[in-house]
Order: sequence, then C-alpha cells, then structure tokens
Amino acid sequence: MKASHAPVLRVKDLHKSIQRHMIVDKLSFDIHSGEIFGFLGPNGAGKTTTIRMLVDLIKPTGGTVEICGHNVQRNPERALKHVGCIVENPEVYNYMSGWQNLEQFARMMDGVDEERIREVTEIVKLEDRIHDKVKTYSLGMRQRLGIAQALLGKPKLLILDEPTNGLDPKGMKELRAFVHSLADEGISLLISSHMLSEVQMLCGRVAIMDRGKIIAIGKIEDLMKEAAGYVNWRFQEMDKGVAELCRDPRIILRNGPARDILPTDTIVVAMPEAIIADTIARLSSRGIGILAVCQAEPTLEELFLTLTGSEVHA
Amino acid sequence: MRKLPALVQNEVLKLWLKKRFVVIVLILFILIPIFTYAEHKVVSNHREHFADWRNQILQQIADLENTLSSDRIPEEWKRSRRVAVQQLQYYLNHDINPSEPSGVQFSREFLSNSITLFIPMLVLAMGSDIVSGERTTGTIKMLLTRPVKRWKILLSKLCALTLYVSLTIAVTVILCYLISGFVFGYGGWITPVLTGFRMEGAVIDSSSVHTVPQWRFLLMQAGLCWFSAMIVAVLGLMVSVLIRSTAASLVTMMSAIIAGTILSSMSSSWRSAKYLFSVNLGLTGYLEGTPPPIEGMTLPFSLIILAMWGAAGLFVSFRVFTKGDILN
Repeated sequence: MKASHAPVLRVKDLHKSIQRHMIVDKLSFDIHSGEIFGFLGPNGAGKTTTIRMLVDLIKPTGGTVEICGHNVQRNPERALKHVGCIVENPEVYNYMSGWQNLEQFARMMDGVDEERIREVTEIVKLEDRIHDKVKTYSLGMRQRLGIAQALLGKPKLLILDEPTNGLDPKGMKELRAFVHSLADEGISLLISSHMLSEVQMLCGRVAIMDRGKIIAIGKIEDLMKEAAGYVNWRFQEMDKGVAELCRDPRIILRNGPARDILPTDTIVVAMPEAIIADTIARLSSRGIGILAVCQAEPTLEELFLTLTGSEVHA
Repeated sequence: MRKLPALVQNEVLKLWLKKRFVVIVLILFILIPIFTYAEHKVVSNHREHFADWRNQILQQIADLENTLSSDRIPEEWKRSRRVAVQQLQYYLNHDINPSEPSGVQFSREFLSNSITLFIPMLVLAMGSDIVSGERTTGTIKMLLTRPVKRWKILLSKLCALTLYVSLTIAVTVILCYLISGFVFGYGGWITPVLTGFRMEGAVIDSSSVHTVPQWRFLLMQAGLCWFSAMIVAVLGLMVSVLIRSTAASLVTMMSAIIAGTILSSMSSSWRSAKYLFSVNLGLTGYLEGTPPPIEGMTLPFSLIILAMWGAAGLFVSFRVFTKGDILN
C-alpha cells in the first residue's frame, strides 16, 4: 500500500515561539500513506506543541502544515476532515454514554451515520459497554473510545499523542496489533512518545526531537546502530565491584535516568559488548561476587547521548 | 452553515445531559411554594386588619408621609417615598387594588423581584462552564480538532444558551402561575395594572400613565427579563471563554452581579455607576414606576447600555475563542 505520490502530511519550516521563547524551531518532515511515523523526544521537547499545531489547536508563528494538500491553518474544514487524533489523554464527555459521545462527534462531520458508529465500535471492541456511561469505563476502554472517535471520519492520517500512557501490558499489545492493522489498510499514523522501546515496536520511521528541534530523522534500525550498549551490574559488595570495574578505561559509569527505575544497588555502565565476558572473568578472579550482569535495552536517553554528545537535561 | 443545526443539537444535548436544566426546575419547585406561603401569610395578615383594601392603602400613605416629615431620613430615601405616595394615590383615585392576590399577580411580583439576582444566578448555573468546562475536562481539544470552524462552535453554544435562557424564563412564569394559583386562584389575567410612569427628578410624571391588562404586563415583564438574562448569559459566555477555571468564572460573574445590586441600593452618589451593566439589570422596575437606582436612568437608557455590554461581550468572546491557542 505504499504510495509514492503526494504525502499525507507535509510539514515545512514549522515554528512557534511564545513570548519570544522558541518552543518549536523550524520543523520539516513528510509522512506518506500507510506509514507509521514515530515522534520521539523527552517531555518538554516540543512534541505536543507540534502535534497541536498539526491539528489547528495552536496557531504556528511561521511555516505551513498541509494535510492531503490542504493547508490546516487556512482551510481547517478541508484539512481536518482527513485527520483523526487523540491529543494527550482521550478526553470524552463523562456524563454521556460511549455511544452518545460518538454521536456528538459524528454530528460534527459529514457522512458519518449510525452504521459507521456501529462499525468503529466493533473495530475497538466496545460493543458490550458502548451504552454505559463513560464515567464507569476503565482507562483502557476510554482509550479505545478515543480511538473509535478518531476513526469515525475514515481519516487518512491518525495522530496519537502518547497513546500507551496508562495502558497495561495487555492493552499495549492490543494497541500495537491495532496500529499495524490500521497501517495495513493504508492509514498513516503519527505516534508520539517519550519511550523508545514503544516506538521501536511500532514505527518504521522516527523523528527525534530535542529542545524544539528535530535532531535526527530516519529508519529506527539505522538510528539504533549508532547507540552504545549499556550494561547493568549487581555485586555482593557494591563499592569493591565499582572500583574494580572502573579500572578498565573502556568502561564508563553512567548515572543516567535508568538509575531511577532500577534497584539502587544496580550499577549502570556503558561498555562495548565485546569485553563483557572478559570483564566478568577479570572480576571473578579478583574475588568479587557478581550477582547479575545484564545488557540493557538501548534507551532513548542513550540514543540522545550518542546523537547530541551531551548529558540529557532532565 | 449546513452543520450549524447539528452543532446546536450537540450543545443542547450536553447541557441537558449535565442535568443543569433539571436542577433549575427543581430549585424553582422548592422556592416558589416557599414564596407562595410567605405571600399568603402577608395577604391573610392584611385581611385581618383591613376589611377594605382602600383602608390599607390609606394607612400605607399615612405611614409614608410620616416618615417624609422626619428630618432624620436622608434625602435619597425621601425621593423614592414621595414617588410611592403618588403611586398609591393614583391607585386609590382610579379604584385599582394594586395587590389583589392571584396567580398572575404573584408571577408578576416574582419576576420583578428575581430579575436582578435570582434569574441571573439560574442563567449562570447553566452557562458559566459552557466553555471553561470543556477546557477543564480537556474535551475542548476534541471539539476544536473536528473539521468545523471555531466560530461555528461558539455560535452553536450561544444558540443553545439562548434556548435554555428562554426556556428558564418561560418555566419560571409557568411554575409561578401554576403553584401560586393553587393558593390564590388562577384568575387575575385582566386585572388592570398601571404602567407608563416617567420620572422627572423626584416627581412622577403621570401624564402618560395608563392601565394595561395584567397578562400584558406580565408578558412585557417576561420580555424584559429575557433581555437582561440574555445579557448575563452573553457576559457569562465571555468570562467562560476568558477564564479557564469554571469556579473562577462563576465567582467572577456572580460578584459582578452582586456588586450591581449593592451599588443600586447605595444610590445616587456615584453617578457614572449607571454605565455598569449590573446596575441596569432591573428592567422591570421601569414598568412599575419604581424610581431607578441612579437618577437619569430610563428604560431606553438601560436597554442601550445592556445591549452595548452584550455586543462587547460577544465581540471579545468570538475574538478570543477563534484566535487563542489551546495549551492545556
């Protein structure tokens, strides 16, 4: 289904400054039909501002956004017809049932009838609960209702901002399968996230944003190759272990954000894969008890370090 | 424009499903019987003392004149009392009982007492979160990312609000009539009521005073009530667009309206207060001939001032709503 002609989304020189502070700085990228495009960056990188400019919630200071050839700012009625989106959380009216919510949004578009509402309800598997008040829905169900709402108008571009926030592993897996099936139907997707692992599983091409700029754009495998590997160590006696590790100049201690989510007695280092086996042997011969060694998945932060050559600002 | 009816339907449904209107009807259902009972007490009390209503009016005139001759009463109070005496005299001369109780008469009084505070409050209870509520819950993002121009969204909200304001006024009158009529009887439609009072300083100009049947008077009142309620609704809409928090927008509007009633009762000293919208809300007073809160105010004056506030409110609402960035 890959089409070679005009892109579904074309962003050119898009920038936004608020009170002379540059939030988004000259972004340009295209998304073609059937493509799953990841939008990656830490919180505060300008992802959400960019997405809001794509759907006319924020007026850009300069640059253009074209969806299916229509300028979003000049002709929102034509352009937004082709877009379904969830900006941050799936916000729906709590005091209505799921069905009533979908009816609300259906009335705002042309050619969405009851049949289509029933169709999207089935797509997101909400048939059983659709007539219950949204108040009683779980977060996952709200998410699905949000997606149903986004799909109502048969969009050519679906924009999901942090879609896996608050989803349990099962929900995430379902979402992934769902996203791929949509892309197979020829829908283009723009998915923003601050978690690399998530984007890795979902997207073909990514743009990495930092401080309002795109610092890298391309196929995810190509970008990942550039990232150095991290290794997590656990020792019986931490201080001795760390001291011993540091003797090798090729091993660099990292106090990266990964520390926050790992047990505090885990040491994170950056080291080439080739010397792991040798290092274990060296430490063992010095009588240091190794409890665990594990290669960490490359993280977004790590990718950043490689790309920007600087510490990640928290 | 094709989509506008559907958008209005959306907004009407939202207000309905939020059960706002039900709450308003409930409040009316509780308050009206209370006032009916109070009025009933007043009426039966008067009946005990005065066999004939003429005696009662004579007594009232005598009381008022007593206070007029006192030196300790400020001049502003005297002004309104002099007018009241003239009115009572007029009723007496034309043999009209101004307070003959009936369902229609009760509704008339209820409207004129609720126009400055109670009805604006009901209107705000419905409309003050019409935009800010969508911001707080984040649904505004869903609303504004649809292929619909922003001004149409706001216009649909305004239409829905207009509909509910009209309905509120209608329901208030109907409930008043039905509930109080149960006690006072359902008559009073054709009782003559005096209107057309014109104020010339402290003197009442009775040259244009004439009687209209009470039903027409009630209709005129309801129309004026609707107008001032709509101005409150439009200003409430503006505040709702400007202030993100629902609680804050409600408090802002309520304090503006209460400030108006306080300023009205402080009367004449500060002349330019008459350009504030909330001082002008009591439109029905002009029909009854109650002296205006500040000298120099007339019905056309108040209507123009309110209309100007309303127009400004609409301009600001649409301007901000269509241009503003949605950041939250």
